[in-house]
Amino acid sequence: MANQQLVMYEEELQQMIAVCEQLYRDANGKAVLVIDKNGQAIAQSGEVEHLDVTSLSSLTAGNVAATGGIASLLAEKEFAGQFHEGERTNVHISIVAQRLILLVLFDERSSLGLVRLRVRKAAIELTAILDRLTKKTEAGSQPSIFAEITDDDIDNLFND
Amino acid sequence: MSFINYSSREINCKIVYYGPGLCGKTTNLQYIYNKTNPEAKGKMISLATETERTLFFDFLPLSLGEIRGFRTRFHLYTVPGQVFYDASRKLILKGVDGVVFVADSQIERMEANIESLDNLRTNLGEQGYDLDKLPYVVQLNKRDLPNSAPLTELQEVLNPTNVTTFEAVAVKGVGVFDTLKAVAKLVLTELRKGG
Repeated sequence: MANQQLVMYEEELQQMIAVCEQLYRDANGKAVLVIDKNGQAIAQSGEVEHLDVTSLSSLTAGNVAATGGIASLLAEKEFAGQFHEGERTNVHISIVAQRLILLVLFDERSSLGLVRLRVRKAAIELTAILDRLTKKTEAGSQPSIFAEITDDDIDNLFND
Repeated sequence: MSFINYSSREINCKIVYYGPGLCGKTTNLQYIYNKTNPEAKGKMISLATETERTLFFDFLPLSLGEIRGFRTRFHLYTVPGQVFYDASRKLILKGVDGVVFVADSQIERMEANIESLDNLRTNLGEQGYDLDKLPYVVQLNKRDLPNSAPLTELQEVLNPTNVTTFEAVAVKGVGVFDTLKAVAKLVLTELRKGG
């Protein structure tokens, strides 16, 4: 089975949020999002209260998947970064450790060069957190929620 | 690929609606969207052509309630049904937790159903999935049409493994939520086994 479940714990989530906040400040960004490659929003920082983070995450993942498809057609491993230029908001998208997507929204207060530079550092930190997370999950050091869930719990969810 | 977030206490899963062009995949999602309370759903996104044919995918985030204090959230996706969008279909299957195959019951669409089901197996296989091991249900849609094929014939051809099947008229909502509930339940049960 190709399913590789992503499990997030409080400690690592806080670390990822801290990386987002640092990047948001260092890059003079508008917002920073960490997204799972399958489109699930993981962590964010900055001016996100008016953003539809769920939709943005899904569309970004779709965009990255489509770009990955183009890469494989061209016999490229992947296109690690993407940049979209808007009138007011620019978007920088990068793939981290082939598993996460790091999205930075920025405007004229910043520049593509600065964002690229800061993203590089953040990507290294996110990779390290992801490695720790993977080891923690594999070690099974945390009790699984699913050990507690019964068939009745699942049935009850679907009772009208 | 489910995402379990112990910090925000959420279980996130991905369900994909698959099937031939014009079988009613988008209609399923539209009905679910229209009949779901605003607090339980996010925005529905349709990446469609000018003639409202799905170009890349439809997306609907849905919250189904809580299990033991964990919010269960399902991301529903459809694939573009038209044959030539195969590259896009493959991408959308990545990380799937459960599949709904929506068949068009019209006798004229039997070949298209068979082709789409074969395509589903092939595309899942390419990604290391086996349809027989995934949470999977079949929806026989458009049962109200006069030219719909007999149930036994559809079952025989499209459901040889005898997975749970629902008769549906998606435009009227018949069978839509039954299908969703069944696949969501299978997904959670599968996660429980794995956990």
